[in-house]
Amino acid sequence: MNKNYFEIMRGGVHTTFQDSGYSNVQHLGITTGGVVDNDLFRLANEIVNNELLTPILEFANQGPRLKLKKGKCRFTITGDVAFNIWCDGSIVEGIPYRSYLLNEGDTLDILSTIKSNYGYLAVEGGFVVTQHYGCSSTLTQSQIGPNEGKKISDNQLLYFHQDGSRLISSLDFNQYKYQDDAIRVLRGPQMNYFMQKVIKNFYSKPFTISNTTNRMGVRIEGNKISSIKSHNIASEGIIKGSIQVPGNGNPIILMAEHPSIGGYPKIATVILADIARIAQFTIGTKFNFKEVDLTDAENIFRGKNKFFESLLNKIKCN
Amino acid sequence: MLKHINQISEQAFLLDFGSEINIQINKYVISFADCILQEIEKDNHLKIINCVPSYNKILIQFNAFSDTKTKIIDFLHSLNQKEITHVNKKEIVEIPICYDDEFALDIIDVSEKTRITKSNIIKLHLSTEFYVYMIGFMPGLPFMGNLDKQLSVPRKLTPRVHVPAGSVGIVDNLCVIYPNQSPGGWNIIGRTPQRMFDKNKKNPTFVNTGHLVKFKSISKKQFGKMNKNNE
Repeated sequence: MNKNYFEIMRGGVHTTFQDSGYSNVQHLGITTGGVVDNDLFRLANEIVNNELLTPILEFANQGPRLKLKKGKCRFTITGDVAFNIWCDGSIVEGIPYRSYLLNEGDTLDILSTIKSNYGYLAVEGGFVVTQHYGCSSTLTQSQIGPNEGKKISDNQLLYFHQDGSRLISSLDFNQYKYQDDAIRVLRGPQMNYFMQKVIKNFYSKPFTISNTTNRMGVRIEGNKISSIKSHNIASEGIIKGSIQVPGNGNPIILMAEHPSIGGYPKIATVILADIARIAQFTIGTKFNFKEVDLTDAENIFRGKNKFFESLLNKIKCN
Repeated sequence: MLKHINQISEQAFLLDFGSEINIQINKYVISFADCILQEIEKDNHLKIINCVPSYNKILIQFNAFSDTKTKIIDFLHSLNQKEITHVNKKEIVEIPICYDDEFALDIIDVSEKTRITKSNIIKLHLSTEFYVYMIGFMPGLPFMGNLDKQLSVPRKLTPRVHVPAGSVGIVDNLCVIYPNQSPGGWNIIGRTPQRMFDKNKKNPTFVNTGHLVKFKSISKKQFGKMNKNNE
């Protein structure tokens, strides 16, 4: 049995084990789950020299405070995150995208995300987590996955596989810079449920991120959308990024823990390259949607992956 | 027949089998989805991440990093030309239900709306042989039809924040069972002690799409005994 472990002094708002999510179980009613921000997830693993899809901790807004009780631990934090490291009575202000070595007795305090909602903590060698259906993603709604399907709570212990090495690595990276703040979308499967005028407003007027946003969906308001036909469709399978419009007219952008099927008409779908961007918008952020076609979306996705690959190559090891 | 393949994102197709909700179309959808799921189990060279059948659609999510989009379309066209045999899942699954007032949270409301007495609501519900159209929304939740038209009631105007696990609800001509406690707007007429989803089993859902379901009335005492077995 592994003896390296942290004690959780504070669980944080919503801290869960995540990886790339479930495959081929959605027809049983199990959603895909997985990390909200796929790039930050993979970068974190690369920085601590793990396989890219190793399960890690995702936190939302306020992160956990962890005390290393046994062993040594090399870790990194990705995202726009403020965190402190306490060692031998002194405090070091942490810098994201850099790896640190914790010694027994040290404490890592992930204070909060800054201009974003989600951040990631990866440890070298990975955490000790269970697998369900070949996946280690916690679904707190369905109570499936590591930690008995629950978020991380105060006073529990988290085990990890190996003692941290001396390898120091870092990435000089200040988040992505976007020229345009618009969120790019494709036409939705039920766009014909909405009048031309309503669709025009959907693109021309800004939306605001609501305070009821979570891993199930990003709720937006300030630009009510009404449908001509019904507010219900025959329920069908849905995916992350789909923008559904319930009866109250305030759209919901489906996120990692959305239900497996849905019965609201969907006006648009956020392109893959922008799903994490909109999930990272903090409460109150105003933004616009912008329509692109499928070819554009596929090209943007490829371009973004090329850029991501180049980031992986920029990670320096000392 | 598959009428249209609609690519709805860089990573998904929505297959359209029509707009009606009926058992005939749904049986075809289920058989079509079974062929895709078999292909996934074989070697999944098509890199499909999910295949989700519903009343008259199938959602296919694929790995956008891979280059299998055209191969998937070719595969779907080839399936459409094949004679897909409707495998009748003739199996009838019996599910115990207790209609005690403590569990039948909305049965009086349903009785007022439909002007059918409580005992006749129960009779109609027990005499229906339900067909499972799909599993979804939450793990293991079956959408079943077709309930007698006389019992048709709309969704509750204000959904409940907590519908207890095992609750059996009706809306229109459909009936569902909530596997876990969750928010919900269905009219609850009873509760089952049967666990509808067990993540530790190889086949985690108690019923599958295409199955036939009949309810069997049990007393509150029996409910208590059976429920204990599940804890």
